[in-house]
Amino acid sequence: MTDGPAEGALGAFAELFGLAAPEPEDARPEPSRRGLFRRLRESIASSQSQAISPQLAGIYQAKMVTDDLWDDLEEALIMADCGMAATTDIVDALREQAAEGRITSGASLGTALTAEITRRLAPEAPRIALGDGPTVILVVGVNGSGKTTTIGKLANRLTELGQKVVIGAGDTFRAAAVEQLSVWADRAGVDIVKQGQGADPGAVAFDAVAAGQARGADVVIIDTAGRLQTQHNLMEELRKVHGVTGKAMAGAPHHVLLVIDSTTGQNGLSQAQLFSEAVPVSGLVLTKFDGVARGGIVLAIERELGIPVTLMGVGEGIDDLQPFDARAFAEAIFSPASGAGA
Amino acid sequence: MFDALTDKLQGVFSGLKGRGKLTESDIDKAMRAIRLSLLEADVSLPVVKQLTTAIKERATGDEVMSSITPDQQVVKIVNEELTRLMGGTNVSLAMSPNPPTVILMAGLQGSGKTTHTAKLARMLAAEGRAPIMVACDVRRPAAMEQLAVLGDQIDVPVHREDGATDPVKVAKDGIAAAKRTGRDVVLVDTAGRLSIDAEMMDELVAIRDAVKPTSVILVVDAMTGQTAVDVAVAFQDAVQFDGVILSKLDGDARGGAALSVRAVTGKPILFVGTGEKVDALEAFHPDRMASRILGMGDVLSLIEKAQQNVDADDAKRIEEKMRGGSLTLDDFLDQLRQVRKMGPIGQLMGMIPGLGQQSKMKDVEIDERRIDRVEAIISSMTLPERARPDIINGSRRRRIAEGSGTTVQEVNQLLAQFKQMQKLMKRMGKGGLPSMLGA
Repeated sequence: MTDGPAEGALGAFAELFGLAAPEPEDARPEPSRRGLFRRLRESIASSQSQAISPQLAGIYQAKMVTDDLWDDLEEALIMADCGMAATTDIVDALREQAAEGRITSGASLGTALTAEITRRLAPEAPRIALGDGPTVILVVGVNGSGKTTTIGKLANRLTELGQKVVIGAGDTFRAAAVEQLSVWADRAGVDIVKQGQGADPGAVAFDAVAAGQARGADVVIIDTAGRLQTQHNLMEELRKVHGVTGKAMAGAPHHVLLVIDSTTGQNGLSQAQLFSEAVPVSGLVLTKFDGVARGGIVLAIERELGIPVTLMGVGEGIDDLQPFDARAFAEAIFSPASGAGA
Repeated sequence: MFDALTDKLQGVFSGLKGRGKLTESDIDKAMRAIRLSLLEADVSLPVVKQLTTAIKERATGDEVMSSITPDQQVVKIVNEELTRLMGGTNVSLAMSPNPPTVILMAGLQGSGKTTHTAKLARMLAAEGRAPIMVACDVRRPAAMEQLAVLGDQIDVPVHREDGATDPVKVAKDGIAAAKRTGRDVVLVDTAGRLSIDAEMMDELVAIRDAVKPTSVILVVDAMTGQTAVDVAVAFQDAVQFDGVILSKLDGDARGGAALSVRAVTGKPILFVGTGEKVDALEAFHPDRMASRILGMGDVLSLIEKAQQNVDADDAKRIEEKMRGGSLTLDDFLDQLRQVRKMGPIGQLMGMIPGLGQQSKMKDVEIDERRIDRVEAIISSMTLPERARPDIINGSRRRRIAEGSGTTVQEVNQLLAQFKQMQKLMKRMGKGGLPSMLGA
């Protein structure tokens, strides 16, 4: 998988949505998925501060498996925000392998670590399956996690794949959120359903789904206002938006994506728990993954709730939203920065 | 899952009762509990190491070794060390002797810069200053629009240049506009950036060099994890910020980032953001933050909330009624609503030491709905019924159940509970009822 032929990013999206791969002549030249993560690894190496690097270098340089090695491993996982419980799980699993004689050096531990994380995060290829009528995707998350940007990029990709997209501007709270989403809709060339600031988000969601049905859209993406998961009334409102969407179209929303910022620490687990209690979260979008922010919280969320990561934002460009690739993710956060060890 | 440090330490020390003397290994166990607690609160690992070393040194001293309550002693030490590290003297925002004072706002994407620029402007305006905000985020779509809308809300002018691509020019123009219109504080909002994006850091440096700010403020999301150290160092190296605003502290994040940022840069936390509304900006209290990081609840904030929301005369009147045993269902409903005004019960519970953590949230959710039903039931009663619940007979009960969308059983339950409560109060009346709200 790792050494397979470079795959176009658009092709990866086609796979994510279960769509036919785009014709080669349609695909414009763009960085391959592998290339993207290579770029990421380079940015990790060049970043000003690499608090995690000593641990990683320590791991990969070790000739023998010692107590220090396990300490380094534990620290590396903690510093990637994996949380204590997931960290302990992973360390225990690898210790078991070592006891069986399968890990004999730091390098083989590094390989086993990447494999273990990949295994945990990719039990099966996550899909955002598209149905017959419009497929409705509800996007939720705390303030500033990157919902609106994610929707813009997602709409753009779907459009490139020949899908007709309608966006519902359901963040009616934050100042200028509707304007921000409108700019993205223009860029992607998709329809946007909006009302003014302060409008009822449920009404916007209903209208967006209705418009999607009337206009023969393939996908309707509904934005919501950012909310902290502890804000009871706002979580109730979200529950309502979800319910109203189902009234507009039976079975909708088909997917609920929770957007989580890669810099998030252990609070990410609370986010996943409480959002899941309000609405059925079907996948995570890990945004702003830049190598310094390592997003290990998805391992804690996977451990507690089993919610898969479906998408990952690795930068600010419109092409920087990618279907999640567990192996590339594991390699990006736990490979030693180039030059540090080799 | 996130047990308070106190519980953990009690576990460590509970086996020692009667043995009298702490051993080195007892202390080590305690240190591990502290380390875990701090890591779960998102304090960065290097800072945790530094802290546990300092704590261990003190914990092996006499004050713990000879104490009969070593767990409490250790918690006290941890709390003190955290408070000391984050606080010291209360720091305020520096104002330039030659106005206008220029404040440059910096931070990662989504940390809350634009919102907090407006919050700060509102606070300064309320103090009698004349602020102006400058919209230098030329990157994020509609960011300038957002600042303009917020400016309208708080009645503070905004300098913006639609279609601008050079934030340095906008910033300079903004300062000129401030001088021209006699504004004495200029708040410069900038584009959010990823910490490793050298180009955007350069842009921030260019803005700083152009406007020569009195203060540079870094906005840090309270939910930030281990990355907080990297972020703080990156911004410190690039622009040497002077203070920090910790945003989104109204959630349930324990906010270890506050400790990390302070420890690695030495820069003070000036304010905390506690909500989405433009007035949700508060002074930073190191001692409360320490308790919060340790998962020990935030009783002081709870009391403050109660004081803000509960009318003192009302509380007194109710207390007297309670003592006399003449509390009616109407009073009860009143009390219920007063408490609810303070926020969702779950959030309030979160402030109580040992109660508010994750695992309990589910039960709290159920309680909230039960309270909804209690409200509905009482609201469906007539005024005479509320004053004299004894008159509520079978047919009245059926009507109330129907009116409130509940069942007769639920109405019965509430009335029985209320009767019990009244009895209890009569009995306690003479002894004096400890009343939190009457304080």
